[in-house]
Amino acid sequence: MAYNGRPVLRDLTCRFPRGRISVVLGGSGSGKSTILKLIGGLICARAGAIYVGDRDIGRLGESAMYEVRRELGMMFQNGALLDSLSVFENLSFPLREHTRLSREQIAEQVHERLAAVGLSDVDDLLPRELSGGMVKRVALARALIQSPQVLLVDEPFSGLDPLSTKLIEALLVRINRTYGMTMIVVSHHIPSTLRMADHVVLLLPGGPVQGSPRELLASADPSVRRFLSEDTDASDEVLAHAAEFEAGEHRPVLDSRRGRRKP
Amino acid sequence: MGAGAIRGLGHGVGDVVESLGRLAVFTARILMVTVRPPLRLREFADELFKLGVLSILIISVSGLAVGMVLGLQGYNTLVRFGAEGSLGAVVGLSLIRELGPVLTALLTTGRAGSAVTAEIGTMKATEQLDGLRMMAVDPIDYVVRPKAWAMICVMPLLSALFILTAIGGGYVVGVGLMGIDGGTYMSSLENSVDFGNDVAGSILKAVIFGVLVGLIATYRGYTSAPTSAGVSAATTSTVVIASVSVLIFDYFITALWGV
Repeated sequence: MAYNGRPVLRDLTCRFPRGRISVVLGGSGSGKSTILKLIGGLICARAGAIYVGDRDIGRLGESAMYEVRRELGMMFQNGALLDSLSVFENLSFPLREHTRLSREQIAEQVHERLAAVGLSDVDDLLPRELSGGMVKRVALARALIQSPQVLLVDEPFSGLDPLSTKLIEALLVRINRTYGMTMIVVSHHIPSTLRMADHVVLLLPGGPVQGSPRELLASADPSVRRFLSEDTDASDEVLAHAAEFEAGEHRPVLDSRRGRRKP
Repeated sequence: MGAGAIRGLGHGVGDVVESLGRLAVFTARILMVTVRPPLRLREFADELFKLGVLSILIISVSGLAVGMVLGLQGYNTLVRFGAEGSLGAVVGLSLIRELGPVLTALLTTGRAGSAVTAEIGTMKATEQLDGLRMMAVDPIDYVVRPKAWAMICVMPLLSALFILTAIGGGYVVGVGLMGIDGGTYMSSLENSVDFGNDVAGSILKAVIFGVLVGLIATYRGYTSAPTSAGVSAATTSTVVIASVSVLIFDYFITALWGV
């Protein structure tokens, strides 16, 4: 992958386990958001293969890609809400496009999703009338409206105050726990990442490093330690969280590339 | 130096050919989604309002002003030959055959074409187009198609409005200020204008200009760089390219079909 001749994401191989929260960490310009766009088929890789389930989306045309995207939800960094539509219209839009639900059923689903992200009485507001945190939550609700199998989340904590950051983080974790949804989160917010992630892909200049938060924190690799040392107070909380997930057998482990359930 | 110039020329020609090819593909995509449901009548009606209804004032005022100038200049010229009774024909024919469609297209490019480019470009810069794609909705279908077709539909209507107000402006000057008989003005206009040739030709020109402006405005917005500078550049280029294209096409339509 390259932008204006500048290569990004060279020799990258990674898997995102089904039903888990995977976080892609890295510095600015390391290609974090590019990974999400590649998975969503918004841009094409120069070489290699990208599997969503068992489909190599690099071989799909745009119309076939629309079928794949019905299984994907994406929360964009700045929301990407349609600015001429109200909050209700933004959320109901995919349902009106792709389902034959009645108005009442659509309204019910919209309000259910809004409630899931902690919003009410915002139906008639336009995106420009929302705060940054509310935009993120509405964008999250819209990404969830079609109950996607995979949720792509681009920089959910950028531009948010600490309280809103924790709120979004808690929402993402709760949604993952509730729906068992595969989440791929791009972030450079290390504390949140280490708290919520089951699997981390750390994009470093020397190449990607992958593992659980516990594994990365225990890594002897100086570049990994240097990157993660930005967060010095996370260790205990993170390790407890990581242990909980590593010990937990309540969620199935799946091979995301093949889409098969492992025993 | 010479080789460099030739190389530069080659690159320039290559870029133009490539752009035309992309525009052709873009046009084909609009045509393909046009024949596919849903019809998106609501979005189309919204665009008719934004591009058409909101242009009524500027078109009317401009038409009135152009008609008054034409009436004044026409009278001053015709009176030298004692032919001031033909003022209605001069004003009417020049407006219907030439000035109406061309000036309407130029005004619409400046007001509505630039707005279309800016809107689509901003949607691209704020990832709204990518958001649509991620919701499995084709932006060409949802965003571009209604705008392009609305532009094609409003152009002949706005052109007709421009012509009517301009004829009114000519009447105000010729009859109201210069003292030409109102009946003479209208009868000379009526006798000189041929519906099948002049009016139909005028409508044809307006439709072609609508296609040109609609395609260029939507294409430039859709392919703009996703930055504020990119949107600005795309908007400027829409006005420039569409205006020049209208004038060039006007010549060829007139030369080839005698309209």
